[in-house]
Amino acid sequence: MSTAAERQEAYHRGIPTVRFDLIREFFLALAGSGLVILVLALLMSSPDDPSVTIQQWSQQDPVDFVTTATSELGGTSFSATYGPPYTDGTDAVQAVGPFAPQAWFGNAVHLDTAQEFVLGPLGMAAPGNPELTAALATYKAADAATQQAWLTAYTDALGSATAADGQVTVPAGDYGPVPVLMVNLLAIGHTGGLDGLVLSGGNFYATNYTAPLLFLGDGGYFPALGESQHMLGSQWGMMNETGSYPGQAWLWLFSMWYQVPPFNTAPNADLLVVMLMGLLTLGLILVPFIPILRDIPRWIPIHRLIWRDYYRWRRTHGGPPAG
Amino acid sequence: MSAPSSTPATTSVPGPADTTWAGAVRRFLERNLPLTHLLPSRQPFFVGSWVYIFGVVAITSLVWVVGSGIVLASFGPGWWHIEAMGRFVNSMHFWSVQLLFLFTALHLWGQYFMASWRDGRAPTWIVGVLVFLIALVTGFTGYVSQQNFDAQWIAINAKDGINATGAGSFFNVLDFGQMYGLHVAVLPATVAVALAIHVMLVRIRGVVKPIEPPAPKDAAAQATSGSGTAKGGKA
Repeated sequence: MSTAAERQEAYHRGIPTVRFDLIREFFLALAGSGLVILVLALLMSSPDDPSVTIQQWSQQDPVDFVTTATSELGGTSFSATYGPPYTDGTDAVQAVGPFAPQAWFGNAVHLDTAQEFVLGPLGMAAPGNPELTAALATYKAADAATQQAWLTAYTDALGSATAADGQVTVPAGDYGPVPVLMVNLLAIGHTGGLDGLVLSGGNFYATNYTAPLLFLGDGGYFPALGESQHMLGSQWGMMNETGSYPGQAWLWLFSMWYQVPPFNTAPNADLLVVMLMGLLTLGLILVPFIPILRDIPRWIPIHRLIWRDYYRWRRTHGGPPAG
Repeated sequence: MSAPSSTPATTSVPGPADTTWAGAVRRFLERNLPLTHLLPSRQPFFVGSWVYIFGVVAITSLVWVVGSGIVLASFGPGWWHIEAMGRFVNSMHFWSVQLLFLFTALHLWGQYFMASWRDGRAPTWIVGVLVFLIALVTGFTGYVSQQNFDAQWIAINAKDGINATGAGSFFNVLDFGQMYGLHVAVLPATVAVALAIHVMLVRIRGVVKPIEPPAPKDAAAQATSGSGTAKGGKA
């Protein structure tokens, strides 16, 4: 059995060799790339816009905060109706015909938006606050139809709500205990306490930000910030970064599909784009075996530029022996 | 404990061939990866082309990515937001990642137009693409681990695409702990192993020869059939 060295020698037989110091080349490239990176780091730094907090949201856009919290309490928010892997809903489940992999693995997170975003935090703040304690008791004691009637009326009223000094005022109406709940939730939001309560869920250590991120994403405040930074999906947002920095430019193809029909209007665009990219990726992996794709390099003579010294040598020396 | 053998330790008794696993691995390495082969002093003269630099710079950029990443991980994910030195190291990390993907893309396109999968090198191509794909996921987990607005935005918007595939039940982009763990440990190790295999395959096979122009008698047939030396071939 021939060794790899023997096979390689036979493969390259007839082609002149030159002295080649792999290690020296590596260290030269390491120094060169390091210098470029160092200069870029010193001159350009890196993007770091501070994270958005629930406190900031509740202070700067209290009407949006209360409107979102009301939809979380009523189970009508985007997250509450999302479906797998967060809830038992179906609203965000994407499918192509019967193919709906999103539903295959069920509800892994078991998010309860009413409890985790509203009732749970309020329950922790209730001791020492008789008004809130009573409002919570009234709300929980009411039947579902009554709760829904209060929430619907309050949500409608929020359409004409005004905000002053961080407080939300709605026209008078029959909202049951909902305004008291929301006033208190807004107050906890203002203090920053809600950030911790939504994140921790009662645990001391916390590294899972699923709940607070979904809560932020359900509002209008957070998406507006992204839009102002040109980071929406329709703005090639997948590959953009805050400021004037390059983002994940390598996702350009993934991003591009979201800008063109039929993907830019399809309700199942994510699944369609992922499937298409999966197919293209498989094609990239299997290029060596796909006719036409594997032949393009021969047809487009970029290789003549890459190996121009070789072809010049070949013209004068006749090339290596076949085989 | 067994009784000590009475056979002198220096005695060598002729026996069957070495069938140990260690022996098999040693013979494989001796056959395929002798040091003179891993670190050659001479190469075919056509490797002087600039295109061969791209892969090397991609690897050296990865070295800077890993080096700066080790410093960032050592001080914790919050350090670079509050310390000037942390911000500098993060900037090194950020720009080395940009350089890594730039030169990886150049390397990939260069190898494509060289049809580098020829003459039994398809596995090298396939592993190389896998390295690129794993690096993409590694970069993504880094972006959602930044603990700033970018991280929040990318995580919230990327979740729908990932959830649509069903992977969201196992790969939760909103779970910082999971993303950070993958980013600083699991995925870099995977990239390193896959890259090592890629480089070893390059060394085992050696660099691919330039595409030979079709012989005059074959030229017409090539033009119509589309076949040629650019195909994958047998390993």
